[in-house]
Amino acid sequence: MVQRLLTRSAGAALALGLMSVAALAQDAEVAEMSTAVPADGQFVFNTLLFLIGGFLVMWMAAGFAMLEAGMVRSKNVSMQCLKNIGLYSTAGLMYWIIGYNLMYAGVDGGFFGTPGPISIPDPAADTGDYAAASDWFFQMVFCATTASIVSGTIAERMKLSSFLIFVVILTGILYPITGAWQWGGGWLAEMGFSDFAGSTLVHSVGGWAALTGALIIGARKGKYSEDGKVNALPGSSMPLATLGTFILWLGWFGFNGGSQLAMGTIEDASSVAKIFMNTNLAAAGGVVTAIILSQIIYKKVDLTFALNGALAGLVSITAEPLAPSAGLSVVIGAVGGAIVVFAVPLLDKLKIDDVVGAIPVHLLAGIWGTLIVPLSNEGTSFVTQIIGIAAIGAFTVVASGIVWLIIKAIIGLRVSDEEESLGLDKVEVGVEAYPEFASGAGRI
Amino acid sequence: MKIVMAIIKPFKLEEVRDALTALGVHGLTVTEVKGYGRQKGHTEIYRGAEYAVSFLPKIKVEVAVADDQVQGAIDAIAQAARTGQIGDGKIFVVPLEKAVRIRTGETDSDAL
Repeated sequence: MVQRLLTRSAGAALALGLMSVAALAQDAEVAEMSTAVPADGQFVFNTLLFLIGGFLVMWMAAGFAMLEAGMVRSKNVSMQCLKNIGLYSTAGLMYWIIGYNLMYAGVDGGFFGTPGPISIPDPAADTGDYAAASDWFFQMVFCATTASIVSGTIAERMKLSSFLIFVVILTGILYPITGAWQWGGGWLAEMGFSDFAGSTLVHSVGGWAALTGALIIGARKGKYSEDGKVNALPGSSMPLATLGTFILWLGWFGFNGGSQLAMGTIEDASSVAKIFMNTNLAAAGGVVTAIILSQIIYKKVDLTFALNGALAGLVSITAEPLAPSAGLSVVIGAVGGAIVVFAVPLLDKLKIDDVVGAIPVHLLAGIWGTLIVPLSNEGTSFVTQIIGIAAIGAFTVVASGIVWLIIKAIIGLRVSDEEESLGLDKVEVGVEAYPEFASGAGRI
Repeated sequence: MKIVMAIIKPFKLEEVRDALTALGVHGLTVTEVKGYGRQKGHTEIYRGAEYAVSFLPKIKVEVAVADDQVQGAIDAIAQAARTGQIGDGKIFVVPLEKAVRIRTGETDSDAL
């Protein structure tokens, strides 16, 4: 916990120190003192940033749920909603039981911390720069986001039970371990790797786990014909997918802005504001690029590319939303949008069935965003960035691959062909998303 | 008596209904149908993959008319439903042997 704050807001700590020196040295300059926030106030503002950022990121779970509900066929919508609220809650429990401490407790330049339930100090005795529980909450919703990324890729064919078991391991063990390497103050942080809000730690980790899952579970029935033809399986609701994307976009201000981790000084508050601006510019760049490329390549503008373009722009700027200029932010996001338009058909050529486009959006744009950090952040190097991307990617692919294969061997990952054709809502949930439009409610 | 059956573009339904009403036709039956003619449906694109929409949504209008009204009904429908673009639809005329108004028991032309 402290490590993420110490390593990533050294500026804030410095400002705090300078302020107290100034206060000791100078009682006379009352006017100057009154402009600074006292220590209690800093605690309050920092905590407020964690709480506001945290509930905005929590709301991204709703965004993922709506995006995915809109992108799956109507026979699987209830299941997709169930997986999303199930994964969010599973992540919340696992990150409390072992995840947080595995990621933050005593990593000290190593590979992981000490697993165990986190204990929160009595509020009256809460010391430090922010409330301990606000930090746990803020970090927990990032962990849940990682799991949300996986559910979209493997939609419409995976059993609920198999998916939730995977989420238990992902949010309790896998995500906290790679998180410890960087945000927990582990070996990557000591090496100088930089990932401000989690292009790699959150988005690529989710993307790698999703890719590994998609490869092991295989495509949906009917997605790819024997002759290699790619068959479109259009989603159930474009308005829901659009709403989900806007919710995610809103949540991202908490994701990136909150990752400043401090708001008690003018510099920190101004940094949060600049992050909001750059985050919005990158998303806009992603959308406009996806619209233009879609029109040029396909002669029509595919709405789902525009939606993915927004998210890819957001993921791209997440590794470094503070340092870039406004113009560079647009470019970083625009490249993310381009990645979507080119990578979605490419994955289809490789017969990797990614229902919502999470692999281009979160994995590929996450890699891009992390790679480009040294362009604006002088304290980083391309070599270290590549080492971090590769190490976290290799660990996540191998570890999640093992977990997927164990689940597959014990209880299986897929529903049967017949169940897949009937739809998971009928087979596993028992509640159809739209019974009045389907055969459920006394229709002839 | 004949049944005049027309397959038309859905957005033309109101105009066809007005034209038939003006002609003195007192009732018609409408069904939402799907099909294709010479245009063979069309293709759409979703996430880079083309897919065919083989059956396009159309409206089927069925109206029972006395023999002397048949040509008028055909002309009215054809005029109201025409856009000049491909997919305007077709009109079929089939013989009608008997008609009964259920409430009163009236038959044939009295029942129309």
